[in-house]
Amino acid sequence: MATKILMTGNDAMSEGAIRAGCRYYYGYPITPQNEVPEYMSRRMPEVGGTFIQSESELAAINMVLGSAAAGKRAMTSSSSPGISLKQEGISYIAGMELPAVIANVQRGGPGLGDIGASQADYFQATKGGGHGDYHLIVLAPYTVQEMADLTTLAFDLADRYRMPVMILADAQVGQMMEPMEWREYARPDDLPEKDWVLDGNAGREKRIVRSFFLYPGLLEVHNKHLQEKYALIFQREVRFEEVNIDEADLVVVAFGSAARVARGLVLDAAGDMKIGLFRPITLWPFPSKRIRELAEEGKRFLVAELNAGQMLEDVRLAVEGRSTVDFYGRMGSGMVTIEEMAEKAREIFAGRGGTR
Amino acid sequence: MTAVYQRPKTLIDKVTHYCAGCGHGTVHRIIAEIIDELDIRERTIGMAPVGCAVVAYDYFDIDMCEAPHGRTPAVATGIKRALPDRVVFSYQGDGDLAAIGTAEIIHAANRGENITVIFINNAVYGMTGGQMAPTTPDGATTTTTPYGRDPQNEGCPIRVAEMMAGFDRVAYCERVALDSPAGVRKTKSAIKKAFRCQMEKRGFAIVEVLSPCPTHWRMEPVEAMKHCGGEMSKVFVPGVYKDWEK
Repeated sequence: MATKILMTGNDAMSEGAIRAGCRYYYGYPITPQNEVPEYMSRRMPEVGGTFIQSESELAAINMVLGSAAAGKRAMTSSSSPGISLKQEGISYIAGMELPAVIANVQRGGPGLGDIGASQADYFQATKGGGHGDYHLIVLAPYTVQEMADLTTLAFDLADRYRMPVMILADAQVGQMMEPMEWREYARPDDLPEKDWVLDGNAGREKRIVRSFFLYPGLLEVHNKHLQEKYALIFQREVRFEEVNIDEADLVVVAFGSAARVARGLVLDAAGDMKIGLFRPITLWPFPSKRIRELAEEGKRFLVAELNAGQMLEDVRLAVEGRSTVDFYGRMGSGMVTIEEMAEKAREIFAGRGGTR
Repeated sequence: MTAVYQRPKTLIDKVTHYCAGCGHGTVHRIIAEIIDELDIRERTIGMAPVGCAVVAYDYFDIDMCEAPHGRTPAVATGIKRALPDRVVFSYQGDGDLAAIGTAEIIHAANRGENITVIFINNAVYGMTGGQMAPTTPDGATTTTTPYGRDPQNEGCPIRVAEMMAGFDRVAYCERVALDSPAGVRKTKSAIKKAFRCQMEKRGFAIVEVLSPCPTHWRMEPVEAMKHCGGEMSKVFVPGVYKDWEK
């Protein structure tokens, strides 16, 4: 058995990236993710990698674009206001079909907001974020262990589908410390060959990495191709975790830090209420099909988030009126509590919830 | 029979979209000739900007990458750091480099990224229809300065070569003008040296090229070319601003 060690989420994510073969990290300091560029600035020289503290978030994401175009595993990280700045580059990376990993250790917003845990960037992460019709694969870690494991997975998914993958964390999972263990990383041997890399056209035709399709009709063809890829990902890559779901009358749907609290309610504080936890691990592709099945079984839903109700919309779209969907959330860096969540559950069991 | 003049191997046989008398075609040819002469076609990666030269990648027979507007030096940094033995050049216009991408060019220069930057300064936004550029001279009329550029409102033209020369890690910086056949030869000599600078790992190299835009200057091509060495060269004085060999 591997030895358990204590690590912060941000350090575990950084080391996970290095173990996945990431040798190019570009970033700009912003709380609560400063531990990531600091860790990378120490580690990259040890493993022969490149670390640049860029002049801005714009520059960082475009350096990632460049190293990705050169065929390398590259990453940047930031927190909410900085992720807004990166959206231009993320849109280009999606259009150019380059693999890249972007971590958002979310803080409260809008604007400069605060530096506490928040999930208010759910819409931005899951609906595209920048301009144009595109998606990112969005992974939502809720433990330090997952900060490491989902980061290594992110690089594999990025390479497999040639697209940007976002790790949507928050200040709490990023900065807290808990036991975790390192598992041997093995790069899947069925990842597609990178036959699009820019490295000089020795012995082959020249290549162009572009997102610009000026001639009439070409851009629509490109967009159709992207949408077909996204449809495939929806079939193959949905990930979620269920706790006490089978007997549950009420299912709490939560991800990231909010799911830690929901797990506490389900395992320790539900009393005679039959409550289960449904935790999406991929926020995009969203586990809509499974939620619809649970709704068809007659289960009711309580969505708990650190925002004003964003994933709530995706749950309602999945349920489509088949059952009730209630919401409990805290905003800014307000943290959901077991007590408030339990009170909300009691109201629903008492017949006072029931929004369709 | 000996061919004394022919299309460089690196330049694709294709009609460009550039206007008659535009400097881009000339500089493209110069770059292609240099790549052939240095025999680096199979290990050079070019960066196309946003602006008139956005589809420059259609004209060069080398690997090329697009970048968001102004971010070209950051993308070039990412490529060069990943592939230090390749030759990476960034081709940028005045809006791309001196307006929206000012931060990226300054910091790439300040880090001394070992890349070559070719900066086409024609003092106007060509692609979007003749709007003011950061390098538009005082008093010049454009579609967004219909009463002439007013320093009180729009500031004065930015002198990029002078600014770049101020950074310690810039190895080579020269401004040239496409004003005559002699100016074209001088431009080629400067750009070739900027490539050599990179190949010898001397650090950041930039060549600012004063380049004609007859369409938006509303001039005949010959008149526009002469203008580069005339009025334009008074604002943007040609010369070597930094040279690691001197």
